[in-house]
Amino acid sequence: MLIRRPDDIPSSEITPESLYQNRRQFMGTAGALALGTVLSPAALEAMARTGGAQEDKVTPEEDATSYNNFYEFGTDKEEPKVLSRGFVSTPWTVQVEGLVKKPRPYSYDELVGKIAVQDRTYRMRCVEAWSMVIPWRGVQLRDVINRVEPLPSAKFVEFTTLFDPKRMPGQRSAVLPWPYKEALRMDEAMHPLALLATGMYGKSTLPPQNGAPLRLVTPWKYGFKGVKSIVKIRFTDRMPNTTWNDANPSEYGFYANVNPTVDHPRWSQAKERRIGEFLKRNTLMFNGYADQVASLYSGMDLRRNY
Amino acid sequence: MAPDQSKIEHLVRRVIRPAMWALVILPAPMLVAQLLLDQLGADPIDKLERLTGHWALRFLIASLAVTPLMRLTGWGWLVAQRRFLGLAAFFWAIGHLSVYTVLDWFFDWQEITKDILKHLYITVGMTAFVLMVPLALTSTKASIKRLGGVRWNRLHSLVYVSVIAGCLHFFWAVKKDVTEPLIYAGIAMVLLAFRVVWQPPARR
Repeated sequence: MLIRRPDDIPSSEITPESLYQNRRQFMGTAGALALGTVLSPAALEAMARTGGAQEDKVTPEEDATSYNNFYEFGTDKEEPKVLSRGFVSTPWTVQVEGLVKKPRPYSYDELVGKIAVQDRTYRMRCVEAWSMVIPWRGVQLRDVINRVEPLPSAKFVEFTTLFDPKRMPGQRSAVLPWPYKEALRMDEAMHPLALLATGMYGKSTLPPQNGAPLRLVTPWKYGFKGVKSIVKIRFTDRMPNTTWNDANPSEYGFYANVNPTVDHPRWSQAKERRIGEFLKRNTLMFNGYADQVASLYSGMDLRRNY
Repeated sequence: MAPDQSKIEHLVRRVIRPAMWALVILPAPMLVAQLLLDQLGADPIDKLERLTGHWALRFLIASLAVTPLMRLTGWGWLVAQRRFLGLAAFFWAIGHLSVYTVLDWFFDWQEITKDILKHLYITVGMTAFVLMVPLALTSTKASIKRLGGVRWNRLHSLVYVSVIAGCLHFFWAVKKDVTEPLIYAGIAMVLLAFRVVWQPPARR
C-alpha cells in the first residue's frame, strides 16, 4: 500500500514527539515492574504493545469496517455493516446550494474528479471514548470548496446525509432528526487537515458502512462530525443546526473538538480506548492535532464552545 | 394434598432447580467462549460490560416477578426461586462491576472514583449495586430468623430502589436509542405497580 503524505502534514503527526518520549519512559517503568512482579514477559510485552506505549498503529481494517456509528443503518455498531449491504452509491449527486456562485447539482465526478487524491492516516476519536487509526483516501475539502466557488459572504458550510429510508433502514425510526446534518465554520473547512474521504485502507471506494461514496473527516473533532454519504453541501452566513447538537445540545456541541479537559456530561473525555488495545490511553488535546488547528479557536472559551 | 405436595417438591428439585442453575450460569461460559473466539466485536470490553449489566438487570427484574406470580398462582415453592434469582442478579452485578474496574479501567482508582462521583449514571449504577450487598448477605434462612420477618421484609424492600436505580443506570448509559432500556424499565414498572395495586391481606 502506497501512503503518500502531502507536504503540509508532517510525519510527526502520526506519532507526536511527546508520545515517543512517553514510550521510552513507559519502557523504563515496565522494566522496573518486571523486576518487582510476577507478571509474565508475555503480559508485559502485551502491555508495552498496548495502552502504555501510546503508539499509533493502524486499526485493523476488519475493525474499522465492522464497528460503526451510522444510525442510518441501525444504532448497534455491528448493524451498519450488515444493513448497508447492497447499498448502491453510484451514480451519486451532490446538491450544492446557498451562498455559492452557481448553486446546482454536481455529479460525484464533477465535484471530486480531477482533484488530487491523497492518503492520510488520521487518528479518529469517538465521543464515546474509543478511538481508531484509519488510513483514509480522499480529497482536501478546501479543493472541493474552491471548485464550487462560494461567495465571500459564506461563513459556514453545512453537509447533509442522504435521506432515503428505503435504502437506509435505520431512518425508519426517528432516533435522530433525519436527515443527518453537520457543519463547519468556513476556516475549519478550509483547513488542510479537513478531508472528504472517498476511500480507505488503500482502496478508492468507501464501504457503505463507512459513508460511501463521500464522507467528511475532521480528525481533530469527535467522530460524529464526520458526516457520511453526503448529498448536499450548503453555504450560509449563519451557524447551521447540526443533528447531534439538535438532539442533545448539552452533550454534543457544534464544535465537537476533541478535548480531554471538557467532560461529556455523563463520562470523562480524559482517556480513550484505542480499539484493539487493553489499557486506556490519555486523550490528546485536539486529538493530537493541536499544533495544526489550535489557532482556529484562539480566544474562544472551549468550555462553552465545546 | 400430601402426595401433591411431594410431587411438586420432586419437580422443583429435579427439574426446576437444575433448569434455573443452567439459566443463571450458562451465559457466563457463553460470554467467555465468545470472548475467546473473538466474537464480541471490535471493542470486546465494552460489549462484555454491557452484556454482564444486561444479565444482572434481567435477573434482578426476574426476581421481582416471583412475588406477583406467587400471589396469582398460590405456588409457595416459588419463594426459594426468588432468593435464587436475587443472588444470581447479585453475582452478575459483581461480574459487571469487575469488568468495569478490571477490564475497563484496569484498577485506575483515581479515574474510577472520579467517574462514580462525577457522573450521575455511574453513581446511580453503583447505588443499585451497593443496595444489593446487604440483601445478598441476609439472604439466608438464619438471617430471616435473626432479623424477624417484618424487619427482614422491610430491609429487602431495598430491592425496589435497586431495580429503579438499575433501570435508570441503563437508560442513561445509552447515547440515543433508548428502546431497550425502556423495555426493561417498563417490565420493572409493571412488576412494581402490581405490588401497589395488589396489597396482600394483612396477617397480623
